[in-house]
Amino acid sequence: MMFPDDVVDLSRLQFATVALYHFLFVPLTIGLTFLLGIMEAVYVMTGKEVYKDMVKFWGKLFGINFALGVATGLTMEFQFGANWSYYSQYVGDIFGAPLAIEALMAFFLESTFVGIFFFGWDRLSKVQHLAVTWLMAIGTNLSALWILIANGWMQNPVGAEFNIETMRMEMVDFTAVLLNPVAQVKFIHTVAGGYVAGSMFVLSISAWYLLKGRDVAFAKRSFAVATGFGLASILSVILLGDESGYTAGEVQKYKLAAIEAEWETEEAPAAFTLFGFPDQEAEETHSAIKIPYVMGIIATRSFTEEVTGLKELIENNEKRIRNGMLAYALFDKLRKGEGTEVDRESLQRLQSDLGYGFLLKAYTPNVVDATEEQIKLAARESIPQVAPLFYAFRIMVASGFAILIIFALSFYSMSRRKACNNRIFLWLCVLALPLPWVAIESGWFVAEFGRQPWAIGEILPTAMAVSSLSYNDVLASFIGFVVFYTVLLIIELYLMIKFIKLGPSSLHTGRYHFEKQHGRSAESVFASKSNDLI
Amino acid sequence: MDFLSYENLRLIWWLLIGVLWIGFALTEGFDMGVAMLLPFVGKTDEERRVAINAVAPHWDGNQVWLILAAGALFAAWPIVYATTFSGMYLALIILLFSLFLRPTGFDYRSKIDNPKWRNSWDWALFIPGVVPPLIFGIAMGNLFLGLPFHYDEFLRSYYSGNFFSLLHPFALLSGLLAVSMFLMQGASYLMLRSEGTVHERAQVFLKWAALAVIVLFSLAGLSLWFGIDGYSVTDGLSPDGPSNPTHKTVVMEAHAWFKNYSTYPLTLIAPLLGLLGALGAWLMGKAGRSALAFLNSCLSLIGIILTAGFSLFPFIMPSSTHPDHSLTIFDATSSELTLQIMFWVAIVFVPIILTYTLWGYKALWRKYSVEYIRENDHSLY
Repeated sequence: MMFPDDVVDLSRLQFATVALYHFLFVPLTIGLTFLLGIMEAVYVMTGKEVYKDMVKFWGKLFGINFALGVATGLTMEFQFGANWSYYSQYVGDIFGAPLAIEALMAFFLESTFVGIFFFGWDRLSKVQHLAVTWLMAIGTNLSALWILIANGWMQNPVGAEFNIETMRMEMVDFTAVLLNPVAQVKFIHTVAGGYVAGSMFVLSISAWYLLKGRDVAFAKRSFAVATGFGLASILSVILLGDESGYTAGEVQKYKLAAIEAEWETEEAPAAFTLFGFPDQEAEETHSAIKIPYVMGIIATRSFTEEVTGLKELIENNEKRIRNGMLAYALFDKLRKGEGTEVDRESLQRLQSDLGYGFLLKAYTPNVVDATEEQIKLAARESIPQVAPLFYAFRIMVASGFAILIIFALSFYSMSRRKACNNRIFLWLCVLALPLPWVAIESGWFVAEFGRQPWAIGEILPTAMAVSSLSYNDVLASFIGFVVFYTVLLIIELYLMIKFIKLGPSSLHTGRYHFEKQHGRSAESVFASKSNDLI
Repeated sequence: MDFLSYENLRLIWWLLIGVLWIGFALTEGFDMGVAMLLPFVGKTDEERRVAINAVAPHWDGNQVWLILAAGALFAAWPIVYATTFSGMYLALIILLFSLFLRPTGFDYRSKIDNPKWRNSWDWALFIPGVVPPLIFGIAMGNLFLGLPFHYDEFLRSYYSGNFFSLLHPFALLSGLLAVSMFLMQGASYLMLRSEGTVHERAQVFLKWAALAVIVLFSLAGLSLWFGIDGYSVTDGLSPDGPSNPTHKTVVMEAHAWFKNYSTYPLTLIAPLLGLLGALGAWLMGKAGRSALAFLNSCLSLIGIILTAGFSLFPFIMPSSTHPDHSLTIFDATSSELTLQIMFWVAIVFVPIILTYTLWGYKALWRKYSVEYIRENDHSLY
């Protein structure tokens, strides 16, 4: 891939970088807060100190992760205005609301209680502290809800209409925005993905303690909590992932067809392409391995409905682009105050194709004077790049199923009380640590890259959404983000590894591995590993 | 007249956004002020930990005022959000980069007991104490001067200045004023939450910060009166018209930023509060009455921010190159429906937020001293 040479692509690269960095930390926060809530509930119910230690130790690791979640999250709130200024002006009337509600309903809850979570242990009663932990977890999850309502609207922009007087989309039905089916399935798919990340994190690190044979009681209990929560979560991820496929099949036909590299509309029920090599130029997939029927069932929930292929979508889009040119002409006339009431009504009719007219802006600023060639080109580019989506989707699904196998095995062997003895299996758990992140990051890519060429599905092309910034300004900020985030990430990983190695001994309770061992050698081990750590 | 008419909603949102920025200044004011003071009120690691722990449990919750203020701009004044953040792009990026150091500074500093590590994080916390108020102050100053932006026929914004053109002397003055305000807020808060040497040193800084606020705020007023023309709308602005900022006529004229005070004399309370609050903070600080000093400092901040709002009204951001394209509270808002929905959401959630925030302060309230830090070495930052 070439380094972007224009502001649009560079801004996209910066957004993707910032979002993907942010999304290294967010899923773990979402998952760990819930696990902390569960562990603390067990502590309050049973009164066993080890569960309190679990909350405190995993909470410490959660804090190290949370700091970077906050740091990278700040950018998210500001960068729409900074880099996607026209986007912000054009759809802010709808898109801004869930973002502001997210701050009001979720961020305050999460951020206020995260402080009390860490500093309130000696100041609050057991039940009060438990409530604090749960409010923090609820805040975290609510924030996912609102940002996904915002994102769901980008994918499936319901409840809004174009207003020519203000030159923007305006909200006409808030309930439709709230109850957007795309947002609903995305929310559950995403938070459940976070729960999986949190569970895998606890599972892998506990497995490592078990392999090392230290703090076994602590590790076993953590392992057990992670197994139960992880299995339930990965099952909902997969189930809801399937539901996403169904919803995408209804509202984002282009994304689904690209993920599947389905060039031709097949006879129902369509086959699922397990693997192959998609070729955008030739509009076909080389050496495809197909499983009959599966695709049709996922996307349409029936044996008789068709899944539209990319070539047919391009043809349809060409028609819509032509309609879009008509809409744009009317829009231009009305804007200049030369339009009649009839024109206004015609625009009302053609409104849904206005966005397709905007697609031509990348080729000719006037839109209405587009040549046949330009129209054809715009139509061909009205679908996303197939190959990256095709592969990213398969990486996500493969990781998902690998995670399912891990949690299923661990659940099975725990139920037979053998999980903690099998060293090969424990090593497998340790090595599986990156899998949720691989799945989550490629999942983000599928969802957002698959939305292209649109910033707001079928309404506002990405190329139009960008700010009028100079290339050098964006380049400077991009380099800054990459360098700054990478340095912070290295510091975070350094602390994370340091505290993972130290384990619950870092709590200074006197009950754990490095504090318990007798003899000078053990003390010196503790001294070297722990004395400089708080 | 219907209470929730479009015009009234626009006025309410002007007030609400003011409230959010005041919430930011009051709470993050002391977080950032304490961070600014960190290298100076604490000579030893333990003394610095006194200052850090005085804000540690709450700074993250406080920071949400900033996030909410940005989110509310997006929701209620989308074109303002779009134009300012892209126009002042590099300033915003610098602001963000400085803010990245805060969560990491607070959480990571105490994790390793090594002087080099901790000293580095002390400076990493100092930077996001100074840079944000400086940038917000400079931005605020530029609102009075007008910024070089305009729109094309699709309302796409273009900005013809650059980072250095933001650094007009008046804007720098306003930047220093904001730094002094946050310093005053931080020093009085730290007095309230600490004992011993840290408390005493904070007391000294409070005196100088309050003095600086009085001097700089007065200077800002004088330069506006004598040196800087304001903007006023002469025609074409309808309080319940569509949100399109290109249909009105705006002229520049001397003393325009003072017009509202003669039209609505009651608004003079704001600048008076700004000055008297700072004076009160100074006197109460000197007398060792920490709580009253903090309260006075809060009042001063509220007064100064209201002064800015009252002076600019109905402008949010004037354009220096295309005055007719200036953004005002009547032609730069969201649709009536969005303003209405967001109004109800704010009415429900702001009181809830205030309730649990206050509960959080109450639950964790105490004064920090070096002895307390020593006793709780492992559980504090």
